[in-house]
Amino acid sequence: MSKELIRLQNCCMAFDDEQVLNNLNLYINDKEFLTLLGPSGCGKTTTLRIIGGFTTPTSGDVFFDGVRINAVPPYQRQINTVFQKYALFPHLNVFENIAFGLRMKKVPDPADPSGKRMVKLSEDEITRRVDEMLEIISLKGFENRKPDALSGGQQQRVAIARALVNRPKVLLLDEPLGALDLKLRKDMQMELKKIQQQVGITFVYVTHDQEEALTMSDTIVVMDKGSIQQIGTPEDIYNEPKNAFVADFIGESNIIDGIMCADSIVQMYGRKFQCVDSGFAPNEPVDVVIRPEDIDIVPVEQGQLAGTVTNVTFKGMQYDIIVDFRGFKWLIQTTDHSPVGAKIGVKIDPDGFHIMKKSAYSGKFGDYSSYSEEYDELSDTEEPEDDAAEGDSHEE
Amino acid sequence: MKKNGFWSRLFMVLVFLFLYAPIFVLIVFSFNATKSRSVWAGFSLQWYVKLFSDEAIMEALRTTLLVSAAASVVACIAGTAAAIGIYALKRKSRGIVLSVNNIPLTNADIVTGVSLSLLFVLAVNAFNSTFGTRWELGFWTLLIAHITFDIPYVILSVLPKLRQLDPNIYEAAQDLGATGFTAFRKVILPDLMPGIVNGLLIAFTMSIDDFVISYFTAGSKVSTLAMEIYAMARRKISPEINAISTLLFASVLILLILINIRQSRQDRLAKRQKAILATKK
Repeated sequence: MSKELIRLQNCCMAFDDEQVLNNLNLYINDKEFLTLLGPSGCGKTTTLRIIGGFTTPTSGDVFFDGVRINAVPPYQRQINTVFQKYALFPHLNVFENIAFGLRMKKVPDPADPSGKRMVKLSEDEITRRVDEMLEIISLKGFENRKPDALSGGQQQRVAIARALVNRPKVLLLDEPLGALDLKLRKDMQMELKKIQQQVGITFVYVTHDQEEALTMSDTIVVMDKGSIQQIGTPEDIYNEPKNAFVADFIGESNIIDGIMCADSIVQMYGRKFQCVDSGFAPNEPVDVVIRPEDIDIVPVEQGQLAGTVTNVTFKGMQYDIIVDFRGFKWLIQTTDHSPVGAKIGVKIDPDGFHIMKKSAYSGKFGDYSSYSEEYDELSDTEEPEDDAAEGDSHEE
Repeated sequence: MKKNGFWSRLFMVLVFLFLYAPIFVLIVFSFNATKSRSVWAGFSLQWYVKLFSDEAIMEALRTTLLVSAAASVVACIAGTAAAIGIYALKRKSRGIVLSVNNIPLTNADIVTGVSLSLLFVLAVNAFNSTFGTRWELGFWTLLIAHITFDIPYVILSVLPKLRQLDPNIYEAAQDLGATGFTAFRKVILPDLMPGIVNGLLIAFTMSIDDFVISYFTAGSKVSTLAMEIYAMARRKISPEINAISTLLFASVLILLILINIRQSRQDRLAKRQKAILATKK
């Protein structure tokens, strides 16, 4: 079991009376790939900035390796950051960008036996380490390029190298792939994961892209409205969401009101279904999650429920079918085609149900009545976040 | 509109004629061999020679260069600091401060001059009566006045550069181990440099150019080139004035061309960067 490296304890953050973080408690293990996932404004970037030392929490404590570091400035933390828009230094070439941290560094003088005198790194040492980094990010031969003569993906890699060359214990990444196109983003996801395993340090990754989080992380922290909604492995988060928000944010979910009659028996639409969940009070109202891919379409007479198809979308690998069950619309993903207007039956295996306790999010998610609009929203998730520093237009 | 039509050409010629004919006459007559301001008597450099042997003019030239250089450098430092401060303000207060900053630019020089003069007289008198000194308006008040009216120009040329900065690079430098001051020196300052140098050149030009404000704040013992020309014109009409005005015009023109070249080069660079960024998206 790896040991704990960073701990946030009862962290609260408020900007001008606006509560951004609510009593956040989080620990991060050494060598772990942890993702803070949530919609814009959920507090994930603020959490990252607290770890990096760019903001101090209004209340609460931050520990690094057991030492409280609330007041330690960013330049004294063994943490480096890859910023959202890379933040490369435009007047320095690739080599000098990567060497920047090394040039700032002071190490004990090897010639001084007491080990107290501090000296700068030698030019040889700097060149060696920068070359080593250029190798890892496969940008050898680009040393003399200025950042504006690099593609987005290359700038991205320079930003990563510039942080990693300092051999930090933790690398913070703030939506680093947000500005890249889809294809490049997929490649970089793989590359980042590879680099993380190669250098063997902790990555704390911020994103609003659930798929990115599922692909790369060891641990996902789902956040909303300044609070942690759930912490777990990607499998946990997907298969056992804690509330309607998590179920809806990670993947697609049909969330239906139900009542837990007894262990392993849930009632919805006035019918009892076999499930595998237990541990609820008798007749406790619950949210029932059914993933669209866990639903089988069968002839009406064989089905547990019957509904009418209202919308069919071809998605390549499967069809997205919207089915109306007594006014509540479900999303079903299936390889079988059913025409609009068809009466169909559905069958769900006991392990296709996931039962959640009622929460503040109950009833807000999981209905596909506004199906088309929801997809529009998904397509423009590239939201501008953190516009505080920018103000008016950047260039004229 | 038809391109290069006869009338539009004529119009352009007239505009340039009105704008530059006086200066052209001035330059031509600065090389005139006689004192006459109407008869051309052949080419000569005698007024230039005389100019450079005129002690009062040379003294005024030295004062002008010294004041302009010192004022523009000080204004540069103060203006850059002010620009950074303004940039860090919230949008609403930033707008207010910027409007206040722009008032001196549009305010009549004579009002600025008179008010500065009043303030300096008041301050110097108060100082003298408390400490028993006998200070009067002179080089230092002139310098302060020039710094005052130079600062807004520096602010206006540094602010756009600040807007172009990646808001994260200051934090990125700190993240990589630089203290706040080092981060500013190594990362922010180099990026602002083009704007600062532009501001310096504009401020220097404004200082060399200024007559009205200098006239009210320099006291009776010190004078700048512009003041000297004015005094000469009132005393006696000498072609030396033509010579020195020509020189003044030429040096300001060179500075302006320099500023323009720098600015258009920076604009081109920015455009290219933007184009590259756009293709990457």
